[in-house]
Amino acid sequence: GPLPERRLMDVRLGELPAWLATCNFSPQGLLGGVRKAWSSYYDKYINVRRGGPAGISMLLAGYCLLSYGWNYQHISKISFLVSV
Amino acid sequence: MNLSFFDQFASPSLLGIPLILLSMLFPALLLPMPNNRWINNRLATLQLWASHLMTKQLMTPMNKKGHKWALILVSLMIMLLLINLLGLLPYTFTPTTQLSMNMALAFPLWLATLLTGLRNQPSASLGHLLPEGTPTPLIPALILIETTSLLIRPLALGVRLTANLTAGHLLIQLISTATITLLPIMPTVSILTALILFLLTILEVAVAMIQAYVFVLLLSLYLQENI
Repeated sequence: GPLPERRLMDVRLGELPAWLATCNFSPQGLLGGVRKAWSSYYDKYINVRRGGPAGISMLLAGYCLLSYGWNYQHISKISFLVSV
Repeated sequence: MNLSFFDQFASPSLLGIPLILLSMLFPALLLPMPNNRWINNRLATLQLWASHLMTKQLMTPMNKKGHKWALILVSLMIMLLLINLLGLLPYTFTPTTQLSMNMALAFPLWLATLLTGLRNQPSASLGHLLPEGTPTPLIPALILIETTSLLIRPLALGVRLTANLTAGHLLIQLISTATITLLPIMPTVSILTALILFLLTILEVAVAMIQAYVFVLLLSLYLQENI
């Protein structure tokens, strides 16, 4: 379909700057984008008839990675096996 | 740079954005979104079963008027449970290790129970300050003691949660540092320490759940006295 209405996964790499230009970057627009991303993840992996631990585990693993990235500055300065 | 074991409790922030906000909002993602389905997905069913269990457990000893508190107590319990358990994952930040947050939860709720009692049934609430059957000479002293114990309740609630979680995280960090440091030096002792670490992690999972339950249970007890 036309460029503004396509989802991110359907946009080709060369069209990416043009697609970004059509995005709504206001707070409501960003919030709507976050909500859409969350509902597509939820409906695909968690809200299924015979779900298992995988949907939630991916979410928790992503949370751990995010926390790692958030703390990286601090963690990178620790050195083990240092005699005080 | 020296490793300070208390660094894990410093509220982390990236480019000025604090992580504590994300850590407090993240449990909301793990809870089911309301929908119009009669039969939900497995995760939602499981969580609904768990919250029904919690509600029955908390609200059975309460009289009818106390059931108005069901929503706030059960949602508080779910939030504390999830926050505590999420803090046990690697690299995550536990907001309930911050005394400020626990006091902010404990003090207003305790004050609400106290004011409810003083407003609706003042003599019965004040009557709790003197246990039945005390010998007459002891009455003044006992009233002072009971008042102190009443006023210290919010402090105890907040500090109990903070201390339990902080101590647990600190122990995990200490023992894991010991395990890693001992690995090149004495591998057998390192394996023993790793076993201790495994047992400690199981304990911490239990403590995380128990502390959330105790916090809410005590609040419901204070409510039962006053409503």
